[in-house]
Amino acid sequence: MQFGIFSVSDITRDPTTGVTPSESERIDAIVKIAQKTEEVGMDVFAIGEHHNPPFFSSSPTTLLAYIAATTERLLLTTSTTLITTNDPVRIAEEYAMLQHLAKGRMDLMLGRGNTGPVYPWFGQDIRQSLPLALENYNLLHRLWREDVVDWEGHFRTPLQGFTSTPRPLDDVPPFVWHGSIRTPEIAEQAAYYGDGFFANNIFWPKEHYQRLIAFYRQRFEHYGHGSQKEAIVGLGGQAYIAKNSQDAKREFRPYFNEAPVYGHGPSMEDFTEMTPLTVGSPQEVIDRTLEFREWAGDYQRQLFLMDHAGLPLATVLKQLDLLGEEVIPVLRKETEARRDPETAPAPTHERLVKAKYGEAAPRQVRPNANRGDNVTGTSPYQDTEQEPAFPAL
Amino acid sequence: MTDASREPASPDQGSTYRLVVVNAGISDPSSTKLLADRVAQRVGAVAGEHGHRVAVTVLDLRELLPEMSQAVSSQLFGPKFTAAIEALRQADGIVASAPVYKAGPSGLFDTFFQVLDNDLLIGKPVVLAATAGTARHALVVDEQMRSMFAFLRTLVVPTSLFASTEDWQDRSLGSRIDRAALELVLLMESGFEKKLRGDGWSSYQHEFGSAGGTELGIDLGSDLMKLATGGALPPRKKG
Repeated sequence: MQFGIFSVSDITRDPTTGVTPSESERIDAIVKIAQKTEEVGMDVFAIGEHHNPPFFSSSPTTLLAYIAATTERLLLTTSTTLITTNDPVRIAEEYAMLQHLAKGRMDLMLGRGNTGPVYPWFGQDIRQSLPLALENYNLLHRLWREDVVDWEGHFRTPLQGFTSTPRPLDDVPPFVWHGSIRTPEIAEQAAYYGDGFFANNIFWPKEHYQRLIAFYRQRFEHYGHGSQKEAIVGLGGQAYIAKNSQDAKREFRPYFNEAPVYGHGPSMEDFTEMTPLTVGSPQEVIDRTLEFREWAGDYQRQLFLMDHAGLPLATVLKQLDLLGEEVIPVLRKETEARRDPETAPAPTHERLVKAKYGEAAPRQVRPNANRGDNVTGTSPYQDTEQEPAFPAL
Repeated sequence: MTDASREPASPDQGSTYRLVVVNAGISDPSSTKLLADRVAQRVGAVAGEHGHRVAVTVLDLRELLPEMSQAVSSQLFGPKFTAAIEALRQADGIVASAPVYKAGPSGLFDTFFQVLDNDLLIGKPVVLAATAGTARHALVVDEQMRSMFAFLRTLVVPTSLFASTEDWQDRSLGSRIDRAALELVLLMESGFEKKLRGDGWSSYQHEFGSAGGTELGIDLGSDLMKLATGGALPPRKKG
């Protein structure tokens, strides 16, 4: 089981001081939060993608590459990468590049994005969001698995003889999670390809996710990737922790009351009862998180949302200390003791390499010489069977 | 998903109809609630004459006010709201009664129906009723409330009920209530809603988990499902 942090990348006014961080301050802060995630012993850091204020994270691979360079163990991922408004060719290229720089310490989670006005900024239409996501992923899946792709679809310019570079590290594509809470087609696509399925598990009652996770597990088995228990599931979660419950509630309430999404709506008490948000002691967060597997089944990745609603950096870092020191070690021990032995391990680059090659050396691609026409042709790499067609001297 | 657990409403042997009264009146008693209660009472009487029984559930929307803000802001339904949705889902007939404020049905009434799933009330027979301090609001039921219930794909009875101050001393209000009650009973007897849910349910738009959490059918043969599993969309239509 992997534990980590996911951030939406919102820049929100601190309601207790009235101060809104600058973009620059918040970007510096997120790097520190990611570094702290590793320092306190967690495994994963995920950043969202947005293209409108008050968010900063328009360019996740740039941020994640920087974090990768300043950490050693941390696995970097997204929450989510927009499979709708991004060209799948650019996703293939940028994330393969990140995969090389991070030495495989990355994967990504795909999502659709639900902000209508963003779509036309990238030449798309939210009314086509679902078919766009499905078609784009079908292409992305091929771009990482076939050296040369001919392709034609509904939404993107056709491709003839296209090679996405660099090829994935060790010729093993980054692991992909599909994030969704209410779209059976996304769960079906995740199951079809044997990819992971992630339910954000914040802001809504668990029933929203539970049904879709069960459907994904059934379909994962149907497509022959393994048993339902071996399906790869990730969950979010949200917490504010203090040594004792009353302090947690007192400290978090002003942030809760003004938070994006749920502020000015339900009371904190109602919201914590109806959604997975826990505001309380380390033990309360442990107890609540251990309940997740009871309705989702044993799962591979648990991410926590800890840095939103205007919480200042110092508070977030303190939260991560509490999480890392008092919550995660217990969760690791307890989930390990409870998990079904049939459960698949969390996906990592090393495991995927081993699954593909066993003890053999992974493929390392070396391009053929540039023929001078800036086009790679039909067999771009030296280990492909077809002889490169050099012009006669 | 059709609800097979419900008793078929057969006119031959007499049925028990579940009537849900949605009352947006604020005071207690209120003229809005009084009007709704009179309709419910007459529905019970007419159904009795037809050999049926009526079980009435009253939803006083005022009691949902504390849960309304989270329902509107976050689509989070508290326990009372959840119970109200479940009652409506199981209803064979509905009486919906609103006070007129500022030339329209009260915001509480509109908001309640606006946060429900689009497909929760498809095909259900409904009596619409409104009260106001002046007869100048008489068309609110037909011009404003009826259009929302058309959107919700309900079957609103032909007779709309409206009572302003002077109507309470006019016997013709009683005869209109009788008429609406008969219309509702006839529609419930017809079994229209159940037949529609049996035969035509899939032709309406649904989202996964809609219809009060019961819409869980997944069509694995749809164009989108084919696309999800590595297929292509059907070719674009020319022109």
